[in-house]
Amino acid sequence: MIEAIEISKSFGDNKVLDNVSVKFEAGRCNLVIGQSGSGKTVLMKCLVGLFEIDEGRGIFGEKVLSRMSFDEMKLVRQEIGMLFQGGALFDSMNVEQNVMFPLSMFTEQSIGERLERANFCLSRVNLENVNKLLPSELSGGMKKRVAIARAIAMNPRYLFCDEPNSGLDPHTANVIDNLIKEITEEYGITTVINTHDMNSVIEIGDRVSFIHEGKLWWQGDRDTILMSDNKELNNFVFATKLTRKIKGL
Amino acid sequence: MNNFLTHIGRYILLMRLVFKQPEKKSIYFRQILIEIEHLGLDSVGIVVFISIFMGAVLAIQMAFNLDTPLVPLYTIGYATRQSVVLEFSPTIISLILAGKVGSRISSEIGTMRVTEQIDALEIMGINPATYLIFPKIIAALFFNPILIMISIIVANMGGWLAGSLTGMVPSGEFIYGLKAFFEGYDVFYSLVKSVVFAFLIVSISGYHGYYTRGGALEVGEASTKGVVNSSIAIIIFNLILTNLLLA
Ligand SMILES: Nc1ncnc2c1ncn2[C@@H]1O[C@H](COP(=O)(O)OP(=O)(O)O)[C@@H](O)[C@H]1O
Ligand SMILES: [Mg+2]
Repeated sequence: MIEAIEISKSFGDNKVLDNVSVKFEAGRCNLVIGQSGSGKTVLMKCLVGLFEIDEGRGIFGEKVLSRMSFDEMKLVRQEIGMLFQGGALFDSMNVEQNVMFPLSMFTEQSIGERLERANFCLSRVNLENVNKLLPSELSGGMKKRVAIARAIAMNPRYLFCDEPNSGLDPHTANVIDNLIKEITEEYGITTVINTHDMNSVIEIGDRVSFIHEGKLWWQGDRDTILMSDNKELNNFVFATKLTRKIKGL
Repeated sequence: MNNFLTHIGRYILLMRLVFKQPEKKSIYFRQILIEIEHLGLDSVGIVVFISIFMGAVLAIQMAFNLDTPLVPLYTIGYATRQSVVLEFSPTIISLILAGKVGSRISSEIGTMRVTEQIDALEIMGINPATYLIFPKIIAALFFNPILIMISIIVANMGGWLAGSLTGMVPSGEFIYGLKAFFEGYDVFYSLVKSVVFAFLIVSISGYHGYYTRGGALEVGEASTKGVVNSSIAIIIFNLILTNLLLA
């Protein structure tokens, strides 16, 4: 389980997160939704320690992130996998080197063992025969899948995905969403997913937290989200003419 | 001024991070070899090309300016060698390397920053400053002095060639001049400069890359800043070192 407790974060005068408290459960897809610029990425980066939190704290299991020393942090980080918006694959390494990278840095495995693990992770995301390609030679969807394979290489307990299907066509987006869901349930990972895509919400939204102007505005799941009478939430959920008409707004 | 001090402060903090204990030594050893290739071996061609021509030009200019019977001809060889060893090779070649190597470092690290590759390293529990900058610094500290030595040898050859081919200085006179009044300390001074300049180039361009914010445009800006600021630092430290070592 991951918990954010009363987290606030500003950049200069711009208060991006205002007293956000939210719990993310293990073995489930916990979605954080909100408009572009609402603070989803900042919240995620505060939780994993890429940004310093101004107030409040993030808790992983029983460990409080902000009270950790550099070395304790390093240990927790080896239990975290993260999927970045653009994939963030290392340009200078091919697919298999990218997936093997965390294993080379943190395990004493032989090259054969690492390769076996990398191939397993790649097959887990349905990628075969691309081991020697460079990131620049991959399509958007393939990059995301390699990034997922790299994120799960170390068997993480926590998985963070920032807009995993942005920039993908609807079919590929769906494939990626379901892949993350499968992996989450199979390994009992605590998964946090940022998205502004309603398709993902309906597909995999076990728990959904809606962030608006840096505040936690609403919480529920994929079933209750369509029934809510929260005005800001409905503006987000029923953003298009078509959906507004159906909802009768 | 305030801005300048902020940069200096952030630069020093970054350097403290860079020299933290690396995660896994064997990986770093490999990284250093890769950087020696990218930052060092790949620069040999341009260093040789520039040095041979600059040495030739230096010798011809010396010959023109010392064209009086009062000065023996071998002085041209001697003066060419002194300019090459003391100033041309360590300083001018370092400025050229600031352009070539510095822009490569800032844009490589800057691109990694804006595409979140640095965040990805950090999330894995790796110290990105050490992982990215430390091997480059070690590679440059090791290989730049070698480049400067190559430059010194090639530039003197260029001078000798120009003197002989134009017939301005007979080969024997030039070579006699090259060997005359030789002081090992001058070469030491030259090597100290090249080591200090190597550190400045990598650390300053690495700094500008590491703190890039934004996108492709900012990566370009970071690369320019890396080159300009490491060149300025080289010029300033050139004066400081000359005062310390030769005065
Ligand atoms: N490194 C940063 N420095 C300053 N402001 C930032 C930084 N990162 C994000 N912001 C600001 O925080 C706000 C929320 O951004 P973000 O969390 O990226 O939104 P999103 O919900 O689309 O992921 C934006 O107004 C953005 O300008
Ligand atoms: Mg975002």
